[in-house]
Amino acid sequence: MQSHLALLVVFAFFVSLIFAVIAKDEPRAQLRFGGLMFGGFLASALVLGWLMYPFPL
Amino acid sequence: MRATAAEQTQSGTLVLLCLASWAVPGAGHIWLGRRTKGLIFLIALPLMFAFGLGLHGRLFPFDLNEPLVGLAAIADLGIGIPYFIATSLGYGGGEVRAITYEYGNAFLIVAGLLNLLVVIDAFDVAMGRK
Repeated sequence: MQSHLALLVVFAFFVSLIFAVIAKDEPRAQLRFGGLMFGGFLASALVLGWLMYPFPL
Repeated sequence: MRATAAEQTQSGTLVLLCLASWAVPGAGHIWLGRRTKGLIFLIALPLMFAFGLGLHGRLFPFDLNEPLVGLAAIADLGIGIPYFIATSLGYGGGEVRAITYEYGNAFLIVAGLLNLLVVIDAFDVAMGRK
């Protein structure tokens, strides 16, 4: 697997899963917290990626 | 003021619980009766660690001359027994030319750090704070 986006998704999934299970006790709350965190990871990565796009290294 | 025998026993059990929780991800939660949480940790954290190895990440050496390398080594060790299994089988050498090298490092380091968070959570549960 060499797709940056796919690796980002896998990473975000694992981190969101662990944080949701640590932070919340009820399955519904875990799902909500984990989903929000996962979405936040993806959205922030995509937004930051596009913001950095015009600035070459 | 000296601790009573009961308090000493409890602190001994807590140390054992934290050690078990570190060595086997999720073992502390399973010990405390939170089986579902424990099983999720038991599956997800070693899987994340294995992903890191598969992505050619490196298990960093304990090099105190390089502070960031030393800190990464401590984070890697946070995963517990899977770390020793991987090193004994020769995994974790790291392939710096691989495209996924840095991703692998991120997976390995974060898996270890998350397991340390899980240890702290197990400690909190045992102390009745959660």
